[in-house]
Amino acid sequence: MQLSCSTLRQFFFLRPPRLPSSSPPLFLTPRRRLPSVVRAMASVGSDDRRLSRIASTIRVIHDFPKPGIKFQDITTLLLDPEAFRHTIDMFVERYKDKKISVVAGVEARGFIFGPPISLAIGAKFVPLRKPKKLPGEVIAEEYSLEYGTGIMEMHVGAVHPGERALVIDDLVATGGTLAAAIRLLERVGAEVVECACVIELPELKGRERLNGKPVFVLIEAD
Amino acid sequence: MAVPEDKEQDPRIPRIASSIRVVPDFPKKGIMFQDITTLLLDPKAFKDTVDLFVERYTGRDISVVAGVEARGFIFGPPIALAIGAKFIPLRKPRKLPGEVISENYVLEYGTDCLEMHIGAVQPGERALVVDDLIATGGTLCAAMSLLERAGAEVVECACVIELPELKGRERLNGKPLFILMESH
Repeated sequence: MQLSCSTLRQFFFLRPPRLPSSSPPLFLTPRRRLPSVVRAMASVGSDDRRLSRIASTIRVIHDFPKPGIKFQDITTLLLDPEAFRHTIDMFVERYKDKKISVVAGVEARGFIFGPPISLAIGAKFVPLRKPKKLPGEVIAEEYSLEYGTGIMEMHVGAVHPGERALVIDDLVATGGTLAAAIRLLERVGAEVVECACVIELPELKGRERLNGKPVFVLIEAD
Repeated sequence: MAVPEDKEQDPRIPRIASSIRVVPDFPKKGIMFQDITTLLLDPKAFKDTVDLFVERYTGRDISVVAGVEARGFIFGPPIALAIGAKFIPLRKPRKLPGEVISENYVLEYGTDCLEMHIGAVQPGERALVVDDLIATGGTLCAAMSLLERAGAEVVECACVIELPELKGRERLNGKPLFILMESH
């Protein structure tokens, strides 16, 4: 089943996420507000059903990590085994025949989605980490944060020239993190085939920071 | 790397063990750091590692796999997916966005803290705790406390590597520990 990230022509609006009756109960915090509308990238047939389920499990937390931010919380997706399975399956279906030998996951939530994908497609998993976490020799790349800069590191020797790589994270916002990940992989001679995220915040225009590298996402959120 | 004497060696273990790199003097002098990132670079070794855990825990009515940040996030989810359990990240402070419970634990110098989302686990659920390595056992002990405080039953802790000289098992209050290999 082909999913084309470059032809996101068809969206449908979901009602604000509600719990499927068969799922374990999610909790309500005293300060919970109505979640923002989450749109799923519809494509074909049964994908709609899977995307609906995935989208309905994502929880929005207001004012985290600071006032005004609507945080897309994927931990509730992970509490629904079927939704988590669908998420991984949709990425695996897209990438399994694309001769990808490297899945690079951005710390820390990229560590949750990346390894199941790499295991299913027979690729190695390469963790991209904050400074001083990786024990061996590393290369480092700076990237912009809202205030200041961050640094991302990758082990020297993890990736070889000519390898075809994916970058995985839970969400693309400004694109700064993904751009740094792409640069690290390209510096060692890998070809970044695509970036893959569960969620995109399109208003933050992260795609434009990726120098034309394609991004594939399952869900868009406001 | 050694396999514990009371276990038969599964034929997959030598390849897994040989894929783990030891980095001396990290994070500080005198420490021989067990680096599992090289295991992750060997797809067969990584798959075998996950399979060994999945084979042990399939069919045991486990509904929760809790993984300790950050390397527990690498091994926990594939296990959770394979056995049909939910995955719960146990995180350093202020990373989880919702309401949390916290557990402090002792480090060599000072203390640290582990957090879990409220409501992620229901009372009576059967849980595993997964991390790449057990050393002193402090982290696993804090993880178990969080789950038990939420009313779950911790069935077992599962790690790839144990450093037995640090006696981490003794800190687990009798909870069983399953490991694939020891390092001395």
